[in-house]
Amino acid sequence: MDILGTLQKLGMESGFAAFFLTDGGWKNLIMILISFGLLYLGIVKKFEPLLLCGIAFGCLLSNLSYFVGMGANALYHPELWEAFLDETSPYFHSYGHIMSNAGLLDFFYIGVKAGIYPSLIFLGVGAMTDFGPLLSNPKSLLLGAAAQLGVFVAFFGAVLLGFTGPEAASIGIIGGADGPTAIYLTTKLAPQLLGPIAIAAYSYMALIPLIQPPIMKLFTTDKMRKVKMEQTREVSKTEKIIFPIVVATFVILLLPSTAPLVGCLMLGNLFRECGVTDRLSDTSQNALMNIVTIFLATSVGATMVAQNFLNFNTIKIIVLGLCAFAISTVGGLVGGLVMYRTSGGRINPLIGSAGVSAVPMAARVAQDVGRKYNKTNFLLMHAMGPNVAGVIGSAIAAGFLLSVFGG
Amino acid sequence: MDDLVNISIGNAGLIAVLGYLVVFLGLVLLMVVIMIMGKIMVAKAKKAQAAAAAEAPAAPAPAPKEPAPGSAGELKLYDTDPRDAAMIMAIVADTLGKPLNELRFKSIREVKDDEI
Repeated sequence: MDILGTLQKLGMESGFAAFFLTDGGWKNLIMILISFGLLYLGIVKKFEPLLLCGIAFGCLLSNLSYFVGMGANALYHPELWEAFLDETSPYFHSYGHIMSNAGLLDFFYIGVKAGIYPSLIFLGVGAMTDFGPLLSNPKSLLLGAAAQLGVFVAFFGAVLLGFTGPEAASIGIIGGADGPTAIYLTTKLAPQLLGPIAIAAYSYMALIPLIQPPIMKLFTTDKMRKVKMEQTREVSKTEKIIFPIVVATFVILLLPSTAPLVGCLMLGNLFRECGVTDRLSDTSQNALMNIVTIFLATSVGATMVAQNFLNFNTIKIIVLGLCAFAISTVGGLVGGLVMYRTSGGRINPLIGSAGVSAVPMAARVAQDVGRKYNKTNFLLMHAMGPNVAGVIGSAIAAGFLLSVFGG
Repeated sequence: MDDLVNISIGNAGLIAVLGYLVVFLGLVLLMVVIMIMGKIMVAKAKKAQAAAAAEAPAAPAPAPKEPAPGSAGELKLYDTDPRDAAMIMAIVADTLGKPLNELRFKSIREVKDDEI
């Protein structure tokens, strides 16, 4: 037995050697450092930790195991997915080819690619969400619509910066402040951008308490922020049960491409409200949500391989994502200001900022800012209306972009 | 299709405006549906309330009020402070090893020294 040869082979196959011997191996080193940074943000700074920890670790695993030209032991193989998407490849849309060559994270990623995880996350979100505030004040749907402004402005901005139509649509949806929707749309339209878009979406969602308050102060006066809103009417159980059925029927008929997201969101909500499926509601909110979050986060993180992530486009996406978030907040606030004027000053415009989905963080920010100016003010339940309307609004925006660019 | 991939700035602007309008249209229509649903529900609740109010004076005499399930009904206290009564009931429940809502206390009376 050639011991020296065996040792040499082991050395050459090791990741340590690959950093220096493979084409662009040093980039993996940078990605590993980025994953450490993301882990720090998730664990120490608590930025969306349930997702960011998984994303960061998925990124770490794929960059530890995949080097260009050395994919035998890789957990995630970008070239398999490139062939899957290439119309000229014999493996175009061939899950068989993926399955027979896949690493562990490739298997996980099939759930993202097929749109299963984002839809299941929406099932859990639906089971967790009380649409009562929206039902008691249906006008808050207008704020949820107004706050989608950032989606379309960022889409336009991305086209100006040279992205293709489908890529620009995927970048724009970051402004919807809804992680699963952003992942769903990006997987369908521009899967090569999934890593940076998911990172931007979840990072900015975590940064909402820092991004929104300065914009809220800029667009409102002290007098407006102090407005105390009246108690909304009580919503009956029957209304809450009928609501998911009506929304699913209505929105899916209007935009069939929203069916997976809106369908699951409303199914989860029906489980919650109907009163006879408590076990299913509990599973959707907890066990299922947690399981899917693990698969979703690690597989999205795995797409952050150095060759896809380390380029100028990532920086452009991060900047555009921030603009999208800020402009969506502005859109919601402008909607809030219009309602403040038309209601004779009875509606606090701060609740408009909660129209970006990010449930319930955006509503909490509206509550905190309102309370700062009037200690007796409780805007939380009023802000929850636009907040959950934003979830439906961003799903409609995604459905529209999917029907335009989805082919 | 290629027009949409390599999209012109003009088309992008048009799609952005159209998209924003579609989101508004969808949510405005949904708002109208929810408002109609809410109005029907409120009207129904009011009708039920009015019917209940109309029936009330016609009834000959109000039936004795049934205690809520799990409650112990009305407790009569004779020369007993409510705080003392609450403590006595808790001690009795604890001594019997039964939950308080499974016991029924009809009255609690202080036994004076001269009654012993």
